[in-house]
Amino acid sequence: MPIVKLVSEYFGNEEARNLKWRLEHGGYEGARKMFREMEPSKVTEEVILSNLRGLGGAGFPAGRKWSFVPQNTDKPKYLTVNADEAEPGTFKDRYILEWDPHRLIEGIIICCYAVGIHTAYIYIRGEYVRPFERMQGAIDEAYEAGILGEKTLGQDFKLDIFVHRGAGAYICGEETGLLESLEGKKGWPRLKPPFPALVGAFGCPTVINNVETISHLPNIMMKGGQWFADLGCERNGGSRLFALSGCVKNPGVYELPLGTPLRELIYEHGGGILGDRKLKGIIPGGTSAAVLSADEVDIPMEFESLARAKSMLGSGAVIVLDETVCMVKALHNIENFFAHESCGQCTPCREGTMWVYRILSRIVDGAGTPSDLETLKALAENMSGTSICALCEGAAMPLRSFLEKYPEEFEYYVTHKRSMVEDLQKDSVLV
Amino acid sequence: MSTTFEFTSDNQKIFQTILKKYPKKRAAMLPTLHLAQHQQGYISPDVEEYVAELLEVPVVDVHEVITFYSLFSQKPMGKHHIRVCNSLACWIRGCDQVKEYLREKLGVEDGEISEDGDFSWESVPDCLGACEMAPMLQVDGYFEGNLTRDKIDEVIERKKRK
Repeated sequence: MPIVKLVSEYFGNEEARNLKWRLEHGGYEGARKMFREMEPSKVTEEVILSNLRGLGGAGFPAGRKWSFVPQNTDKPKYLTVNADEAEPGTFKDRYILEWDPHRLIEGIIICCYAVGIHTAYIYIRGEYVRPFERMQGAIDEAYEAGILGEKTLGQDFKLDIFVHRGAGAYICGEETGLLESLEGKKGWPRLKPPFPALVGAFGCPTVINNVETISHLPNIMMKGGQWFADLGCERNGGSRLFALSGCVKNPGVYELPLGTPLRELIYEHGGGILGDRKLKGIIPGGTSAAVLSADEVDIPMEFESLARAKSMLGSGAVIVLDETVCMVKALHNIENFFAHESCGQCTPCREGTMWVYRILSRIVDGAGTPSDLETLKALAENMSGTSICALCEGAAMPLRSFLEKYPEEFEYYVTHKRSMVEDLQKDSVLV
Repeated sequence: MSTTFEFTSDNQKIFQTILKKYPKKRAAMLPTLHLAQHQQGYISPDVEEYVAELLEVPVVDVHEVITFYSLFSQKPMGKHHIRVCNSLACWIRGCDQVKEYLREKLGVEDGEISEDGDFSWESVPDCLGACEMAPMLQVDGYFEGNLTRDKIDEVIERKKRK
């Protein structure tokens, strides 16, 4: 399938983040058209028609999410844009923030007009210093040009956008953890219901959408919801940014139609495996997603197909593992992350992620036993569906799938006290 | 020894603009702590007390926040602080060797400050969000990727000159 450029059109273009240049290249035209031609309810209808799904990981239909926000309320409403991308392997939103911040601002204007919101926060992860600076610079420019503020794009519509920096916590990408963090607290996720659409930031109705989701709105306003729906596949409108990394020749961000097979992403756009080695596994949606084996490489990348393969499209982060990667050590690396990032609120997650990491550490150190593998399998079951948010499930998915798909590597490791594959570091660029 | 912390007059002005962004004072917590850490280099107990007073919350609430988030440091760091990404893509592409080389070059362990005070480094389990340039690190917040020994040498020399 061909590369499409709906939100990635200006990636790598040094001029595109400057307002003057961007205005000469279609900037804010979608929002202007919307103000000219559409009532707020019509905007939401178009977005529902477009089949735009939440592109942060959960895939919830964006227009429907907006429709849950009450129309008549005395409370202020908020938009929080989730730019806390921290799922291992994910770096696509960074490209939008760094290269095309005005597209995001325009998308925010569209969403806020549709839902009747006058204050938006962009929650950017604390590690993203340059993206923060570029985003803030673009917002400052937009205020100076009268695009934001009392009269958004000259219309009788007030809108303020603030950038809020996180401070290093994966859990704050979970939408209610994000809200707690925005309110100045530690990022402990909230029980749902109530959902943020009713009780969100500061106790008020709140829309939370990912950067990429919001960035599709200008095109949808320009060309219509049906056009966007037709570009995708069933129930998945438009395109998707895929962040490709690991053992590939050309890692990077590729915008492709939903439904593109993994094989095409890896071998055509990604240039194939490093050193033309053999493919061993693919993580298709960030490390919370179940690993796919090499013979699953023809699965199309869209929400439903990956769900049928008991994995998920997640954040669109594709990490490629080749034959030199030790799957035991790879899982150990993944579970170290989850043990570190568990917020500590729910016992099965706090204890479970730590146990998994400790047992895997013991195995990697050559002190594991065959019974450790049984304990790990039991932990994967006990951690599933037992916590407030999806982090615990995100730790259980790779655990279960690595053990199921590469049992011989785990059994070899606990029997021989060493890895079955060559030390992967032999191919490091540093040597 | 540290005296009682207070924002500089410039930072007091910035703090006032931060407050205007939120309907509730407490929401200014993270930006206020970022500002304080930028001024002093780390969050000492007197910073916690100062911020608690500014935001009208108990000191323990500030302490809870700084210990929850990994970017707030309770101890001084080097003039330039390096964070090495350990996430899966960086590990595949050799982050262990990056750490080994930093240890050798700076002469200090993870979490320590070099003798001249110029550098400190730490290994972080989080994904820093730049897997396309693995192995990578951030120094003073900015990303440096596709690391080799030469690239690390170049980054450190460049920072030293500043």
